[in-house]
Amino acid sequence: MDEGIHIEGLSKRYGAGDTAVDALKDVNMRIAPGEVVGLVGPSGSGKTTLLKCLGAVIEPTRGRMILGGEVIYDSEQGGWKTKDLRALRRDRIGFIFQAPYLIPFLDVTDNVALLPMLAGRANGTSRVRALELLQALDVAHRAKAQPSELSGGEQQRVSIARALANQPPVILADEPTAPLDSQRALAVVRILNQMASQYQTAIIVVTHDEKIIPTFKRIYHIRDGRTVEEPGEGREIS
Amino acid sequence: MISLAGRDILHSWGKFVLTGIGLGLLIGATLTMAGVYRGMVDDARVLLTNSGADIWVVQKDTQGPYAEASSIRDDVYRGLLGMPGVAQAANVTYLTMQVRHGARESRSMVVGFEPGQPGEPGYLVAGRRLVRSHYEAIADVKTGFRLGDRIRIRRHDYEVVGLTQRMVSSGGDPMVFIPLKDAQEAQFLKDNDAIIADRARTAANPALNRPGVPGLLDAVTASQTINHSVNAVLVKVGAGDTAETVAQEIRRWKHLQAYTREQMEEILIAKLIATSAKQIGMFLAILTIVSAAIVAFIIYTMTLGKIREIAVLKLIGTRNRTIAGMILQQALGLGLIGFVVGKISATLWAPAFPKYVLLETADAMRALAIVMLVCALASTLAIRAALKVDPATAIGG
Repeated sequence: MDEGIHIEGLSKRYGAGDTAVDALKDVNMRIAPGEVVGLVGPSGSGKTTLLKCLGAVIEPTRGRMILGGEVIYDSEQGGWKTKDLRALRRDRIGFIFQAPYLIPFLDVTDNVALLPMLAGRANGTSRVRALELLQALDVAHRAKAQPSELSGGEQQRVSIARALANQPPVILADEPTAPLDSQRALAVVRILNQMASQYQTAIIVVTHDEKIIPTFKRIYHIRDGRTVEEPGEGREIS
Repeated sequence: MISLAGRDILHSWGKFVLTGIGLGLLIGATLTMAGVYRGMVDDARVLLTNSGADIWVVQKDTQGPYAEASSIRDDVYRGLLGMPGVAQAANVTYLTMQVRHGARESRSMVVGFEPGQPGEPGYLVAGRRLVRSHYEAIADVKTGFRLGDRIRIRRHDYEVVGLTQRMVSSGGDPMVFIPLKDAQEAQFLKDNDAIIADRARTAANPALNRPGVPGLLDAVTASQTINHSVNAVLVKVGAGDTAETVAQEIRRWKHLQAYTREQMEEILIAKLIATSAKQIGMFLAILTIVSAAIVAFIIYTMTLGKIREIAVLKLIGTRNRTIAGMILQQALGLGLIGFVVGKISATLWAPAFPKYVLLETADAMRALAIVMLVCALASTLAIRAALKVDPATAIGG
């Protein structure tokens, strides 16, 4: 089976009849474990819709999605393979948002440990896992801090740690560098590359950010709901 | 699993505690209202207990002496003493009036009683019992009088020789006990000008001042200045007799109304303070609704402030049950803080109330249960809002 992300003929139509809008049209993507690809396109091109479909938040109209070697959606076989989409998102998909959206009333460790805890793991084990990730992302020294005490870059690193907490085969990053300056934005991309490689996670980075686009080895351009794959520059980040 | 509600409370504890204190003061007011009602009931019971009577004999077709005016002749007790089962019978008078002490006045119920007989205050907290036939008084501490104070009742001064407590009328007025004869006189004693005017009016009445009947006018005038009425006779039943049996005999043979302790309690609690109880009940209902509205509003506002975090929590796989539990626990936490603050507040300010406020543990427990229930119900609005949050809103800015 295909590991990473494999999408075949994915379409999404909003509405019906004359007012129907095809947000995604026959999208095909294939991202290997450990690979980071960019998803680039203008506003309204379908990036967010694609992310929501991949994130099991909205149901596609047609197509097939395979995450981590497991078919999660197949329109020809009844749609979602599981009724518990919440558990699917929790266990198999990591999310990184434009703003870090850390839970303000949990400290850094518990923000990361929350996911394994939600998956039913013991508090102690979850916190050990969280600390490992924080160490890997070089924010372990802020483990007891509140999110409001962190800089923007630190917050984004914690949110990356949270996305990795349940070791998902896939991470969906929605403009993760938008609020950051060039230096920090590139640092985030470097971390994503490291984490993808270290944890063999396939990462899709939705972005408009001209600073980071040249760093991707592969880019999917999306326009009017259709994707076109192009090789990226794969520029090294110093 | 960590307690999301607990962490959120700790994170914004200042806001939470201040809100809890505000709610607590409202709960304190609610508990106090309940305490006022309990105090009224307890005052009524203590009033009956401290009178030392088993039966209250009053004017026929009245519910006196506490609920209605009752007037019976002061020699009735002699006849009652001769009846089987009656161990003691004593006259008492009750008169609510302003008792003066210097420039200060205290609204009191003046009780006339015979020392050593039913009607005498059960116990003293200071001073001594009445030993003189006139112009001595025992006052409830709530009057504010002290031992040795000289108080004025109508035209006479009385020295406070003893202090008692928990002796208040059904209206909550503290009692002042004076000798029966003084009390009988006080009930009808007028000022000198009024007496002169009354005598002139009697002398001008040809029916009461007949030229051919010497001494008639003096007899009529004398009868007008002496009061032979009392409000009730308190009866103590002998060993081996039941109050109900003796009361039945009194009703049958003396053409008077006789109430047992249970019947008098029914009059005082179910009839006399029933309106007050309904009034308090209305206040309790309103305060409960206001508390619920406040909790609902606060929890709803707090939840709306976390909509983005809730969307993220749902997106990353948090179950609805966990989110609902978080909101419910916060509402219950708020209720618990409110209850503790309310209980402490009510306990602190209850003694300052002019009327007795009885805060019963059972009431507090009931209040706790109601507060928790109200908070749980109030949180449903916020839970509904949280569960409606679409996790997709966390994606796409």
